[in-house]
Amino acid sequence: MSPKVFVKEEKAQVQTPSLKASALSSSYSQYLVKFQSLIALFILCLIISLLSDKFLTVANGWNVMRQISVNICISVGMTLVVLTAGIDLSVGSVLALCGAITAGLLKFGIELPSQDLFIGFTLLGAVMAGMLTGTLLGTFNGWTITRFKVPPFVATLAVLTIARGLTMLYTKGFPISGLGADFAYIGTGWLLGIPVPVWISGVIVVMAVILTNKTRLGRYIYAIGGNESAARLSGININKVKTTVYAIAGGLAAIGGIIVTSRLDSAQPNAGISYELDAIAAVVIGGTSLSGGRGSILGTVQGAIIIGVLNNGLVLLNVSPFWQQVVKGLVILLAVIIDKANSKSE
Amino acid sequence: MLVAENITKKFSGVVALENVCLEIEAGKVTALIGENGAGKSTLMKILSGVYPDYEGRILFRGQLVNFANPREAQRSGIAIIHQELNLVPYLSITENIFLGREIITNWGTLNQKEMRRRTQLLLHKLKLEVAPDTLVGELKVGQQQVVEIAKALLDESEVIIMDEPTSAISDSEVEVLFGIIEDLKRENKAIVYVSHKLDELFRIADRFVVLRDGRCIEAGEMKDVCQERLIQKMVGREIIISRKKTNNNQGKELLTLENICLKHPVRKDQNLLKTISFTLHRGEILGLFGLMGAGRTELLETVFGLHPKLSSGQLTICQQPVKLKSPGEAIKAGLALVPEDRKKDGLVLGLDVQTNICLTTLADLEDAGFLNNRKELHLSEKYIRELKIKTSSEKQTAGNLSGGNQQKIVLAKWLATKPQILLLDEPTRGIDINAKSEIYKLIQELADAGLGIIVVSSELPEILSVSDRILVMAEGRLTAEFAIEEATEDGILKAAIPNTI
Repeated sequence: MSPKVFVKEEKAQVQTPSLKASALSSSYSQYLVKFQSLIALFILCLIISLLSDKFLTVANGWNVMRQISVNICISVGMTLVVLTAGIDLSVGSVLALCGAITAGLLKFGIELPSQDLFIGFTLLGAVMAGMLTGTLLGTFNGWTITRFKVPPFVATLAVLTIARGLTMLYTKGFPISGLGADFAYIGTGWLLGIPVPVWISGVIVVMAVILTNKTRLGRYIYAIGGNESAARLSGININKVKTTVYAIAGGLAAIGGIIVTSRLDSAQPNAGISYELDAIAAVVIGGTSLSGGRGSILGTVQGAIIIGVLNNGLVLLNVSPFWQQVVKGLVILLAVIIDKANSKSE
Repeated sequence: MLVAENITKKFSGVVALENVCLEIEAGKVTALIGENGAGKSTLMKILSGVYPDYEGRILFRGQLVNFANPREAQRSGIAIIHQELNLVPYLSITENIFLGREIITNWGTLNQKEMRRRTQLLLHKLKLEVAPDTLVGELKVGQQQVVEIAKALLDESEVIIMDEPTSAISDSEVEVLFGIIEDLKRENKAIVYVSHKLDELFRIADRFVVLRDGRCIEAGEMKDVCQERLIQKMVGREIIISRKKTNNNQGKELLTLENICLKHPVRKDQNLLKTISFTLHRGEILGLFGLMGAGRTELLETVFGLHPKLSSGQLTICQQPVKLKSPGEAIKAGLALVPEDRKKDGLVLGLDVQTNICLTTLADLEDAGFLNNRKELHLSEKYIRELKIKTSSEKQTAGNLSGGNQQKIVLAKWLATKPQILLLDEPTRGIDINAKSEIYKLIQELADAGLGIIVVSSELPEILSVSDRILVMAEGRLTAEFAIEEATEDGILKAAIPNTI
């Protein structure tokens, strides 16, 4: 039998003064890092308001908020997906398809002349059907990714094409317009002095913040993105969590599609093209790591606002749309470079 | 050969090394000993050029040197073999060895013939009898390590630093490694050997240097010192050596395996586990020993429901036959698995201590569907206290803690599930003596509290000191069973070595 070693004394906990001092001095820089996107946003607003007197007005403020509400819907879903170390490229097309289906059902219902059947849809019914479509497409994404181990990039790229094709089939390539004043309220109305789309995106953000911080699902999302293998061994049903996340992303894209359709009073077959890129940009600027496990909903919201303010400012300053794209790209790069530098210094 | 004088290194004000002196002689193996966090890796990283900024002087062959990067150190003749091997699995042995220093023909293309020839020579010298074109991913861990050594030898390195070289390889592979080290000594190379395993050092090392809290505590000849004294120097405290008392009053049958088989995931006609049957009792610590590739880890994984489609056989828990299809079901049935590789499978390194501890039991920490932060805090504080996890707070990122404390977090998250059966796969790999003894003590206490525990280990002294009963595996089969009174190192090893016909 071999001897076994026991330690008699506990090592005394001595904290060196130098350690304490460094902890104090680093707390300032920690705050800087924590609020970097807010600081960037503040500086951005300051510069634009100095250059244009139209920027800092209440009307323009609501205008910006209304414009970014669609991107916020999509990028909240995108954040959840990216936190699991995935990506969802299909959201733009899903948005278009769900907008078209909502508009189509509202205006035409379902008509099957051969069966002598007609189903009409109320506003609520059409909206629910649109959201259901988005959720189902998201579930399909999750199913191919978890069941057949298709990489998320490829699986959602396929659905991007499929959903766009289905949109064209459903609309026959033409916009579906004239949807009525009730439906227009979703995208253009006001409630208690605040635009309805801002209410919708605000509620989504609050729910997503609670989901990520206060629920089991949220914790599982971070764990899977941080270390999938450890999460699996901890008894977490990886496939279920991932599928749920893609379903949520699809559902949120559908809500975005309904808002867009309502605002334009028209479902455009080519709506939402490249919206997935704006969403990914918001997620990345907000500090969420594309390799998963690190990031937050509120970061993404800040990212979306930065992009929105930037777009708005460049328009107000009469910058050509071509230059706007260049500037936007550079901002995304800058944000990620700063984020990398920060995580390295940690 | 290599002399370091008064090396001091600070990380943002925190002293990692203070006035450390080190002398490495040619033709000798110098052992560098110390607990985790003693400053061993920092010193090695300074010597090999990873940290170019430090105070003090380094003399190499009498010349003052200051390497700007590892590449420069390597060219001058100092090579380091890291604990985690740095090889590209999808490239061949030749391609790995020549990575970044390929031989080019006059046409500007790769001179594959010459590179293959020199690889062949190196492999032959190191007695690794595989083709130079073999993909590194197909090699065993021990063989991959030999490839790393070959890389070092290609540069004609004079100083070879080995960081915990035996932490991932089996005993038979250790013998091969020691043979190579003896050969290198004869060629007058200087070797720095960093390890926790003292018995190894007594076999292979000529000189030793003990580091503690960033300071050099003692240096000398290995033959002038005994194991107890070294441990005392490392820990800096008096040590009580005690013998484990065997637990004879064993309880009821807890877990029974009958004819458990596991198919190879690719080659379906092969079995990784072959008709394994045994019983674990309440309050028993069952040691499971086997060499690398014996199927120890696969056995624990199969029991834990990780291979439902490939496995067959009957599992019985508390007289109830069960069929476990996922880790979630295994946890419900009262099982817990502390995996072999805590960084890869045990922890989410980027999340904080509290989140990691609570990950397995979140359902119990909810109120009406929402997580209750107070309950989470309560649970994590309880285990930080009980397992003496040294962390600045429960919000500390798990990746920032030492190996021993990380392992305690993994244990905590599994104890939180209140398991009846605890499966421990190499529970003390790569952690310091202090944390090791604490974990042994904990295992004992848990068994006394009535848990059934299976400990898998590739370290014989560990198995012998911790188990009540020992099972030995070789090539997917159970080959022997020993009561602890009858177990000897020789007997266990004999049963663990595969019979080649």
